[in-house]
Amino acid sequence: MARRSGVRLRPALGVLPFGVYLLIFLIVPTVTVLIGAFAENGRPSAANLAALADGSVATALLNSVAVSAVTALIGGVVGALAAYAVVTGRPDGVLRRLVTSVCGVLAQFGGVTLAFAFIATLGISGVVSTWLDAHLGTSLTSSVWLFGLKGLVLVYSYFQIPLMVIVFLPALDGIRPQWREAAANLGATGWQYWRYVGLPLLAPAFLGALLLLFANAFAAYATAAALVSQGSPIIPLWIRTALTSEVVLGRQNFAYALALEMIVVVAAVMIGYTLLVRRTARWIR
Amino acid sequence: MTPRQAARARLTTFRVVVLVLVGLFFLVPLLSMLDFSTRNFTGTGRTGAAWALLVTDPLLRGSIITSLVLAVLTVVLMLVLLVPTMIWVRLRVPWVARPLEFFCLLPLTVPPLVLVVGLKNVVLWLNFLFGDTPYVLTFLYVVLVLPYAYRALDAGLSAIDVPTLAEAARSLGAGWATVITRVVVPNIRTALLSASFISIALVLGEFTFASLLNYNTLQVVINLQSKANAQESVAASLASILFAAVLLIILSVVSGGRRGRAVASAAPLPTGTAPAAAPAGTAGS
Repeated sequence: MARRSGVRLRPALGVLPFGVYLLIFLIVPTVTVLIGAFAENGRPSAANLAALADGSVATALLNSVAVSAVTALIGGVVGALAAYAVVTGRPDGVLRRLVTSVCGVLAQFGGVTLAFAFIATLGISGVVSTWLDAHLGTSLTSSVWLFGLKGLVLVYSYFQIPLMVIVFLPALDGIRPQWREAAANLGATGWQYWRYVGLPLLAPAFLGALLLLFANAFAAYATAAALVSQGSPIIPLWIRTALTSEVVLGRQNFAYALALEMIVVVAAVMIGYTLLVRRTARWIR
Repeated sequence: MTPRQAARARLTTFRVVVLVLVGLFFLVPLLSMLDFSTRNFTGTGRTGAAWALLVTDPLLRGSIITSLVLAVLTVVLMLVLLVPTMIWVRLRVPWVARPLEFFCLLPLTVPPLVLVVGLKNVVLWLNFLFGDTPYVLTFLYVVLVLPYAYRALDAGLSAIDVPTLAEAARSLGAGWATVITRVVVPNIRTALLSASFISIALVLGEFTFASLLNYNTLQVVINLQSKANAQESVAASLASILFAAVLLIILSVVSGGRRGRAVASAAPLPTGTAPAAAPAGTAGS
C-alpha cells in the first residue's frame, strides 16, 4: 500500500517548485493579512478592526463604494451601448476587430499614466481645460475638482468602459437574430422585444459585468495615488497612509485591517459575479 | 421609406453617434498628452525637450532600464515556473488541475494592494538574501502576471493534444525533459508569446508594489518627476502607453490569427470567463 501511494504521489512532486513559490508569495501574504488584522503587538486584538469604524476611515469606505458604484454604472451603461453599436456591425468586420483590440489595450491602461493623461487634458494647464476656459468661460484651470472624487469618477471611467465592452460583447453575441425575428413574427414591436426578450436575457450578464467593474474600481490604487496626493478620501489611499507612516491611529497593524476590509468587499463582489456568470452561461452557448 | 428601412437608418445613426462620442472620450486625452508634452510654455511653437529627457534625464533613463530588466526577469521566471508545471499537470497529475487554476486566478480576487501589505515580511527576507535591489520585485511581479499568463498558456495547451504528443515522443524513447522542451513547448509558441507580451505590458505599467516598497521603477519615477516637470511625466506616460499598446496589439493580431484558423475546434466560452477576467483587476492597479 505504502509503495503504491508512493508511486501515485511521486509525479505530484513535479508541481512542488511552483507550489512552494505560490505558498511564499501568494498564500503567506494573504494569510498574514487575515491573521494580522486580528492582532496588535503580537496579541489577539479587535482594536484594528474597531478602528475601521473610525469617522474618516468609515467615510473613506463610503467614498470608495460610491466611486466604484458610480463608475461601474457609467462604465456599464456606456460600455454596453458601445458594445451594442459594435455587435450590430459585421461579426468579422474591421470595426469589431479594431474595437476589441483597442479596448483590450485601454482596459489595461490604468495607473499613473492614466492620471497624467487627464492632468494633461483637464488639469491646471491642461489642453482641454485651457481651451474651454478661453472659449466657454468655464474656470477649469483654477479648479482642483480633477484631484478629488469627481475626478476619480471621470478618470476611472476611462478603463471601466473598455472593460465593459470586452466583458459584454460575448453576452450580446449570444442574442440570436432569430429571436428578434420570432418576436416580430408574433407581432412584437421593437420596444416589446427589448422589454420581454432582450433585456431579461441580458440582465444577469449586465449585472455580473457591473459587479466585475465595481471590484475593478474598488481595488484600483495607482491612478488614485497619482491623482490624489493629499489626504485619503478612499480606502486604497488609506492603505497607502497606513503603510508609509508605520503607525496610524496609534496602531501598527492597521494596514492589515484595511487590507482585510478590501479583501472582504472584493471577494463578496467576485462571488456574486461568479454566480451570475454561471447563470448567464446556461443560455449562452 | 419602409418601416424596415427606417429602423435600419435609426440603428446606423445610433451606432455612429455612440462610436464617435465614445471614440472622442478615449482619443482626446491621448491627443492632449501629445500636445501638452510638446508645447513650448516659455515661447511659441513646439519643443521636443520633454521627450529628449526620456534619454537624457539619468533618473528617468535609469528607471526605464530598471523596468525593462524587471520585465525580462519576470517573463523568464514566469515561464520557468509555469510552463513545466502546467504541462506536467496535464500529463501526470490531472487531479491538480483544478487547484492549480484556482491559485493561478486568485490574484484577480486578492488586489495587489492587499498582497503588498502582507508581503512586507517576505520582502525583508528577499532583501536579506539578494540585497536591497529593485530586481527582487521580480518575485512579486510573477504573482501579478500569473492569472493572465495562466490563461494564455492554458488556451495554448488546450488547443493541442498534449497526452498523445507525449505518448508518441515517449514511445520513441524521449525522456520527460525532452517531451516538455522539444515536443510540447514548440507547439505552444503563440501561447508563450502571448503570456510573455501581456507580462511585459503589466510589469512596465506596475506602480503599486514598486511605489509602496520604495523602488524607482518607470511608473514611480514618472509620478516623482511630475512635481518638477509635468511635461516630462506626460511625455514618459505617453511613451509607455504607446509601447504597451504596440505590444498588446501585436498580441491580439497574433492570437486573433490563431483563433481564426482553429475556429471550429475552439469551444465558445461562457460569458466573462475568458475575456472578462483577463483584464479585470489590473486596470489602475
